[in-house]
Amino acid sequence: MEYYLTVLTLAGINLMVVLGLGLLTGFTGLFSFGHAGFMCIGAYTSAILTVTLKVPFVIALIAAGLVAGAVSLLLGRLTLKLKGDYFLIATLGFGESVRLIFDNIEPLGGARGFSGIAKNSNFVSVWIVCLIGIFFLVRLMNSRYGRNFTAIREEELASSTIGIDVFKTKLLSLFISAIYAGVGGSLYAHYMTFIKPSNFALIKSTEFTIMAIIGGLGSITGSVIGALLLTILPEVLRFIADWRMVIYGAAVVILIIVRPKGIAGGKEFKDFFFVVWIRRLFNKRLAKKDPGNGGKL
Amino acid sequence: MDQFLQQLINGVSIGSIYALMAVGYSLVYSIMNFSNFAHGGVIMLSAYMGYFAIILLDVSFGVALLLATLGATLIAVLIERIAYSPLRKRKAPTLYFIISAMGMSILLENLVIATIGPQFKTYPIIFAESTIKLGNLSISKMDIFMLIIAAIALAGLVFFLNKTRTGIAVRAATYNARASQLMGVNVGRIVSIVFALGGALAGIAGVFFGIRYTVYAQAGIITNKAFVAAVFGGLGSLPGAIIGSILLGIIETFVAAWRSQLRDLTTFAILIAVLVLKPTGLMGKNTEDKA
Repeated sequence: MEYYLTVLTLAGINLMVVLGLGLLTGFTGLFSFGHAGFMCIGAYTSAILTVTLKVPFVIALIAAGLVAGAVSLLLGRLTLKLKGDYFLIATLGFGESVRLIFDNIEPLGGARGFSGIAKNSNFVSVWIVCLIGIFFLVRLMNSRYGRNFTAIREEELASSTIGIDVFKTKLLSLFISAIYAGVGGSLYAHYMTFIKPSNFALIKSTEFTIMAIIGGLGSITGSVIGALLLTILPEVLRFIADWRMVIYGAAVVILIIVRPKGIAGGKEFKDFFFVVWIRRLFNKRLAKKDPGNGGKL
Repeated sequence: MDQFLQQLINGVSIGSIYALMAVGYSLVYSIMNFSNFAHGGVIMLSAYMGYFAIILLDVSFGVALLLATLGATLIAVLIERIAYSPLRKRKAPTLYFIISAMGMSILLENLVIATIGPQFKTYPIIFAESTIKLGNLSISKMDIFMLIIAAIALAGLVFFLNKTRTGIAVRAATYNARASQLMGVNVGRIVSIVFALGGALAGIAGVFFGIRYTVYAQAGIITNKAFVAAVFGGLGSLPGAIIGSILLGIIETFVAAWRSQLRDLTTFAILIAVLVLKPTGLMGKNTEDKA
């Protein structure tokens, strides 16, 4: 029981970051290999606040998100003007730099890590934060901002001609996304009670991106499926020891070739056939609308 | 002054290994417009192939280098066939290629851990008398050998791209794949050739890397540096990749001599600085999107 709760808690923490990444990647069309960096900043910020400054956990949690967000504004200002792959490369450099900077800050333990963090988060609190995160994201995507994000993803030039400030909208997306990652980092720090910079290496960012893509880009449901599935899958495969990561890698390659839209494929939970059937039973009118967003990249 | 020269030689020698790796990145980027993160896996495998050729087959170093290079060439082409060519045929977005590459790199790394194991392997000593004295300088024979082989390989590549019919077709395809297809260039074959070239250079780099440091499953991560070098010089530009690599090798060596823990941070700081100040690198082609 304890073990299952641990896995599900870690899935929740991953989900928090993947939700943010899903907003940036799935809805705005910007790719990041630096989200572990934001997570790292969030983790250290909240750890310093609760351990050194004795701040209550809830405040540290919010602060972690805000500090990560503030850093993302700085990064975004510098790099969001870059075209194509170059933004992705910049985030990769950012993520690794954050890790290496924390490696070199001796007062925070350097590469040895930061220990003695109180265990403030558990299964319940992590999933409460996740549900708040999902709720906010659903509301956001149904707002004008949400539609602006998808407009930029679909056609940047057309969006700017109808008056969307492309740069500012991208910056907002990155900002919110980094807040999610920062909060995720804070939850992580207060669940593991020990953090070290190498926990937030490039491979971690890669895993988040893989979760978002396998789950399905442009879908909050997809983020949830991706985070749950890819946190649980390696655990289920634990009996084959070293081979599980081989299977994991192969699964990523096969899925991206066979089903590039991911499992949810741009659909939300309410668009799935069985949900639509059930809802049809209750409300005939629903069958006519709800085209879904198509899930185009 | 001697100290300075000594470090400079070290830097150039590391830089030349980076150059072999970076050229592979750049070649693939120039034709397919994505960063091939599975390249590190090829380099790592080649380091293992060279090691096992010497230990198990008991061949001379030259033969081992040749075998590893051939093996790496084959693996690089295979990876393209398995992981990228289905996406290429479907004209999938760049990101799918990157994810496929990431998956491939996870697969290769863990395949090695699962089969060979996570232990570090060290190459046996290759030159009995390891250094040459030159005044007050002592230069490792291996460094000189690496530098010469790297220079020959890179010169060979430049010759191939500029003087042969296939090489010209490769350059045409990097300039405009569609137009060259219309002119009768078989782009599918060109892509295979590009991966073979990148793989061959990665093969040499892998063996050298294994000799200079050690052989281990996570060795592919070192290619991040080569990747930074490729961006530094300008993604998609061959001379850029070479110059960027040598410069990065020199900068790294000097930083490491001053404060060793700042070496990797400097590398990534350079990456960000280049992207912010001049994203096309030292000599990259202009990537401005045409509206």
